[in-house]
Amino acid sequence: MKSAAPSPLPDDADLADLVACPVCDTLHSMSHVPIGQKARCVRCHTVLITPRDSAMTKIVMLSITATVLMMAAISFPFLQLEAQGLSQRASVIDAILAFSHGWTLPLSLGVAATIIVLPLFRLAAIMYALAPMAIGTTPARGAIKAFRFAEALKPWAMAEIFIVGTAVALVKVAGLAHLTLGPAFWAFTALVLVTVLNDNFMCRLTIWRTLEARKPHP
Amino acid sequence: MANVGSAQTPPLTARSAGLVACVACGRVHHIGTQVCVRCGAALSSRDTTSLQRVWAWMIAGFVAYIPANIYPMLETTQLGKTTSSNLIGGVIELVGYGSYGVAFIVFFASVVIPLGKFGAITYLALQVARPDPTAAHSRHKMYEVVEFIGRWSMIDVFVVALLSSLVQLGSAVSIQPGIAAVSFALSVAFTMVAAMSFDQRLIWDTDKEPTL
Repeated sequence: MKSAAPSPLPDDADLADLVACPVCDTLHSMSHVPIGQKARCVRCHTVLITPRDSAMTKIVMLSITATVLMMAAISFPFLQLEAQGLSQRASVIDAILAFSHGWTLPLSLGVAATIIVLPLFRLAAIMYALAPMAIGTTPARGAIKAFRFAEALKPWAMAEIFIVGTAVALVKVAGLAHLTLGPAFWAFTALVLVTVLNDNFMCRLTIWRTLEARKPHP
Repeated sequence: MANVGSAQTPPLTARSAGLVACVACGRVHHIGTQVCVRCGAALSSRDTTSLQRVWAWMIAGFVAYIPANIYPMLETTQLGKTTSSNLIGGVIELVGYGSYGVAFIVFFASVVIPLGKFGAITYLALQVARPDPTAAHSRHKMYEVVEFIGRWSMIDVFVVALLSSLVQLGSAVSIQPGIAAVSFALSVAFTMVAAMSFDQRLIWDTDKEPTL
């Protein structure tokens, strides 16, 4: 990656070979970045491109895995509490419904959105946009919109924060009662790991360039 | 990695080359182009409404953070007796259990991060008026930390959700969520939007007017 040399205004096709750093606006002329390497902005050192070997296939596979794990995390018991002969089971859905009485109802929707709905939407959008790329055909109708949607959802999908919240809740209750971790807890933990791995494979710029390059011309 | 410009001449930016870049996908266009041809995002060389939106969302976040500290986060009913604890009360309770590590995490997530965020965003938004090429790197780091860490404040809201769904043992002990959980969640969401509204390129601009 080199800083582009000042030159007369190029025509639009040449512009496709330039990359501007989204953080500091520095222009770079695109050069070949070997797989597994990182290309950083010369000024602010933001990572611009990190191509990975067969990234599209890996992303689609990991997204399918994450979807399956999410289904398990929703349906199985998450935690079980026992104290003085009484026991209480809670699933992820119960945690969402905890806020569903009275004034805290909107928060119920917020929690549902951040830990289940938005992560699922994001996975679906990623699969829709990238599955045709993974098998080497032209992108599906609206693939660009779908990928933009997935990118916009990224900060709002908070499954990993929920798992850390669970750890804190466990400590708070541990002195009070006996706790058992349910299968959904492990499914959710695995989901978080898969999501982190998935985001690691995702190079925004490479995906956008691939989507543009394979766009069917009318 | 080679940089053509020297330390004295700042690197060529899309704006100084008479171009406009897409912050979503990095595609470069001629100035005046409205929509990115690659990803369809709206283009602007610099987001001129950015600071207004940053201030608006941040003030909203700050206003929501006040009731989050005053009203109860959790209401515990033990054998007919109800005690309520607020944000700080929850941390003190954890220290009482001897779980210093977890108390530190909760304190960090619910007090240090929100307050640090208000401070950092205010500082960054004010400093845009005084561009300084030597401070750009440290300001950029500060923004990255704010953007990365902001979402983690939601830990407390999830803890409240889990506790009040789990601890429902009839008359023995039960936990109900308090109204502060709602305002705290809103505060976190508002400050997240504030951080996202900030156009990072403003940190790096050392020239006030576009040099076309």
